[in-house]
Amino acid sequence: MDTLEIIKPENKVYGKPRLMNDNPMHYCPGCSHGVVHKLIAEVVDDMGMAEKTIGIAPVGCAVFAYNYIDIDWIEAAHGRAPAVATAAKRLNPDKMVFSYQGDGDLAAIGTAETIHACNRGENIVIVFINNAIYGMTGGQMAPTTLLGMKTSTCPYGRNEHLNGYPLKISDLLVQLEGTCLVTRETVHTAAAIKKAKKMLRKGFENSMNGKGTSVIEFVSTCASGWKMTPDQSNKWMMENMVPMYPLGILKDK
Amino acid sequence: MAKIKGAVVIDKDRCKGCDLCVVACPADVLILGQEVNGKGYNYAQVANSDECIGCANCGYVCPDGCITVYKVKL
Ligand SMILES: Cc1ncc(C[n+]2csc(CCOP(=O)(O)OP(=O)(O)O)c2C)c(N)n1
Ligand code: SF4
Ligand code: SF4
Ligand code: SF4
Ligand SMILES: [Mg+2]
Repeated sequence: MDTLEIIKPENKVYGKPRLMNDNPMHYCPGCSHGVVHKLIAEVVDDMGMAEKTIGIAPVGCAVFAYNYIDIDWIEAAHGRAPAVATAAKRLNPDKMVFSYQGDGDLAAIGTAETIHACNRGENIVIVFINNAIYGMTGGQMAPTTLLGMKTSTCPYGRNEHLNGYPLKISDLLVQLEGTCLVTRETVHTAAAIKKAKKMLRKGFENSMNGKGTSVIEFVSTCASGWKMTPDQSNKWMMENMVPMYPLGILKDK
Repeated sequence: MAKIKGAVVIDKDRCKGCDLCVVACPADVLILGQEVNGKGYNYAQVANSDECIGCANCGYVCPDGCITVYKVKL
């Protein structure tokens, strides 16, 4: 059968999500942010919530997330996305509200907002992109940077005596009564992406069912910050990030 | 046994040449070509269309949503 005969709408099995628009994304080649954006666009659409979803964009590489997924968005100050999400959800309980945050945004400047939103059990989803670095500002050390990992602010590698230990913030959030789902996923293979999508959907459903806060951590790559190719980054992530940030459901109640 | 055949269409202008689809393809269908697109990237191309099984691995892993996958049962 000729390729042209196969390329027909009725034979389509995969394509760019409907809610992801045609604006070119500013992310570096191979960046995990793009894959997670696609998943959010798919889940929101699958749930029929395109007109009822409010995303809270962070400061970090995903600062322009609102340009790429056609839902409502609010741009928060650095680290304040869970506080803004709290307000959006409390004032609009029928809306589906999520924050989208990097490790610097969520686990450094925004630690207080993250912990207190989770502790209050706000009915929101927190999408957490953990790439162990400040990607946007040029690759500085983040709270989640691994021991020995080199960044522009720890050029000899992160040292626990000087810089403390990598912060497993999702493990802390598990301890809070307000969280109902805490899970760690990756988006480096089709199988991992399909699994992550199910967790994301579960989180969004929890938020609409008033179950509390769902935290979906994506152990991610930053090829530019890590100074590797995207493929090398995925391999490095599995070898180095995953032992420190083990994958799977940490809490589901 | 039913044979499955796939085909992919790549939005070359959107592609950033990250290579992730090439690595993800189990059938070595895709390559990064020598040509560059308007952004200067060596965009992904279909090199062995006959081998495609329509598994959509390439589509899933593409961060920029450049790939549309089609599949038929023969
Ligand atoms: C109040 C404030 N402090 C510092 C900054 C500088 N800044 C911008 S993004 C960022 C960290 C981004 O890292 P992360 O949240 O991990 O996102 P990534 O880019 O890695 O996705 C920092 C410190 C800022 N914009 N505003
Ligand atoms: S700097 Fe890192 S996180 Fe930011 S877009 Fe580039 S690869 Fe992605
Ligand atoms: S659909 Fe599967 S076999 Fe076809 S190009 Fe994509 S990854 Fe390769
Ligand atoms: S994964 Fe997407 S952006 Fe990367 S090379 Fe393939 S088509 Fe291009
Ligand atoms: Mg980061």
